[in-house]
Amino acid sequence: MWTESLPFAKRFAHMTKQDKLSNSFRNQPDDRGHFGQFGGRYVAETLMPLILDLEKHYRAAQADPTFAEEFDDLLEHYVGRPSPLYFAERLTDHVRKEAPEGKGAQIWFKRDELNHTGAHKINNCIGQILLAKRMGKKRIIAETGAGQHGVATATVCARFGLPCVIYMGATDIERQKPNIFRMRLLGAEVVPVTSGSATLKDAMNDALRDWVTNVHDTFYIIGTAAGPHPYPELVRDFQSVIGREAREQMLERTGRLPDMLVAAIGGGSNAIGLFHPFLDDPDVEMLGIEAAGHGLEKEHAASLAGGKPGILHGNKTYLLQDEDGQIDEAHSISAGLDYPGIGPEHSWLKESGRVRYDSVTDTEALEAFQLLCGTEGIIPALEPSHAIAAVAREAVKMDKDQIILANLCGRGDKDIFTVAEALGTEI
Amino acid sequence: MTRLSSSFPTDRAALITFVTGGDPTAADTGAILDALVEGGADIIELGMPFTDPMADGPAIQAANIRSLSAGTKTADLFNIATDFRERHPTVPLVLMGYANPMTIRGADWFADACIDAGVDGVICVDIPVEEDDSLGDSLRAKDVAVIRLATPTTDAARLPDILKNASGFLYYVSVAGITGLQQAAQASIQEAVSRLKAGTDLPVAVGFGVRTPEQAADIGRVADGVVVGSAIVEIIAEHGADAPPHVKAYVKSLSDAIRSAR
Repeated sequence: MWTESLPFAKRFAHMTKQDKLSNSFRNQPDDRGHFGQFGGRYVAETLMPLILDLEKHYRAAQADPTFAEEFDDLLEHYVGRPSPLYFAERLTDHVRKEAPEGKGAQIWFKRDELNHTGAHKINNCIGQILLAKRMGKKRIIAETGAGQHGVATATVCARFGLPCVIYMGATDIERQKPNIFRMRLLGAEVVPVTSGSATLKDAMNDALRDWVTNVHDTFYIIGTAAGPHPYPELVRDFQSVIGREAREQMLERTGRLPDMLVAAIGGGSNAIGLFHPFLDDPDVEMLGIEAAGHGLEKEHAASLAGGKPGILHGNKTYLLQDEDGQIDEAHSISAGLDYPGIGPEHSWLKESGRVRYDSVTDTEALEAFQLLCGTEGIIPALEPSHAIAAVAREAVKMDKDQIILANLCGRGDKDIFTVAEALGTEI
Repeated sequence: MTRLSSSFPTDRAALITFVTGGDPTAADTGAILDALVEGGADIIELGMPFTDPMADGPAIQAANIRSLSAGTKTADLFNIATDFRERHPTVPLVLMGYANPMTIRGADWFADACIDAGVDGVICVDIPVEEDDSLGDSLRAKDVAVIRLATPTTDAARLPDILKNASGFLYYVSVAGITGLQQAAQASIQEAVSRLKAGTDLPVAVGFGVRTPEQAADIGRVADGVVVGSAIVEIIAEHGADAPPHVKAYVKSLSDAIRSAR
């Protein structure tokens, strides 16, 4: 289905002249990598020539049908795409029991947790490693929070025979041990980062320090739709396979588009991947869910709800920060959402009003995690557990004949230790 | 004639020294800046601490953390600058740091604060020419120098864009990397400086990884300025509030070497 050959440039480049002129939500960023006031290229001069070069190679790849063919082929036969679109009947019934008469939307999931390596992260890694190959780079680096992007990066490095260094906060290493072992099995070197809060943002700092030191031969596979232009654009384009498939599958199965899309947001790559192909469908409502941690008035990771615009890690976007622009430490039970910023396109979509953003606490996410285990026999990662909590909250307000579609962006095997600890259970 | 343009002697290189403001505390920084001047520094770079200094090596990262842990605020930085300007009316003072603390209250606010505190120029690590309008326009409108960085990866095609609207001096980052770790080969520095000087009348200062008086003298023979940061910051890390005499002695060793280099 989706592998039928739409020309790559049509599929990945939403910046055709016609789009630029039209009143579209899919024509961002501009030539300088700006999504409205957000995005851009806020990097040290040493990196600037490199990211200009990356952009040049990405444009060439977009115009090259063989790049699209290789990407499509790997996604189908290596990653296992398309991922299923699944009607969660028992969860829907469960929600309807709590809903007023006539309410309780049909709940559907895009099953990206069934991908090779267990999350949506691999879609982007396949695209970026193909770019790295085109650019003749000899070494790959990446940052990781939950370890999912680290595992996906280590996986594609093993597949393509390139050495791989993964930067990971020491705090995250402690709570994601199984993923550390996976990365090492795959041949990656995992470097613990102890600076700052020893989580994702500090891992990104150290990855940037490595990159600036090894510019000549190193490709940085950024894991989320953030960082300097063109990363937010290319990560979105690679992840948009989620939304393109979901759109086609939903039309095929139900003959209509969903009424609402829901996705969890740390940096926001799974959300933008689901949302982007639907942005110009005016009847499709979209809801991005940030991590409210212990609560928005306490420690959390909801940069749109509790932050303000600033500049970090190569882009301008909403950040958790104090009045002097010092970055606050984020908190979420989910390591993958534990980041004080957000991809710049989400900041723009918030300000433009096209996407609504809300948040879910650690406790609510833990409840949703257990709910999905019990009703559908699916162990979700803690990241999409945030989306599932919001789905349950929203579905009761929607009519029975409406459809709510959430991205189940990762599976929960990696999180069972964290969940056991939170529930006071010994494994 | 601004303080910055008159601070580059014609018969020797200028010594440009960096410390992180508020390290170990905001109250200690004044005496450390005085020690830099007394040791023979020609230009002072005052680092604005930031939680995420991603272009810096371990020494300056640690200095940022010491400063912020001691409670240093942006207001303290400008107070340090204002006090310095009162004590040293002629010594140029440059703020160096990252985009977010500089732009969080708006670029105009920052430019005004620089003028009020007697700051002569600004080096922002993570605003390349492509994003110059985020800060540069406001600084130039107030005649605060926008000091640009050139690096080993800056190619001939890019250099004119960097030099356009640059002022004060051109800072050549001699290695692709973070602060304080490696030093470039003398031959490559010499080649880069002559390439840069062919494109600009601005003085060219060279930094990153300069530690010893011998290295400073070598660079001083070919460049208009020598920048030393991490090595000084390490002295502050070791001696804390008692650092000034040690800083002064070290800076004097650099200054003496530069003065006898040509």
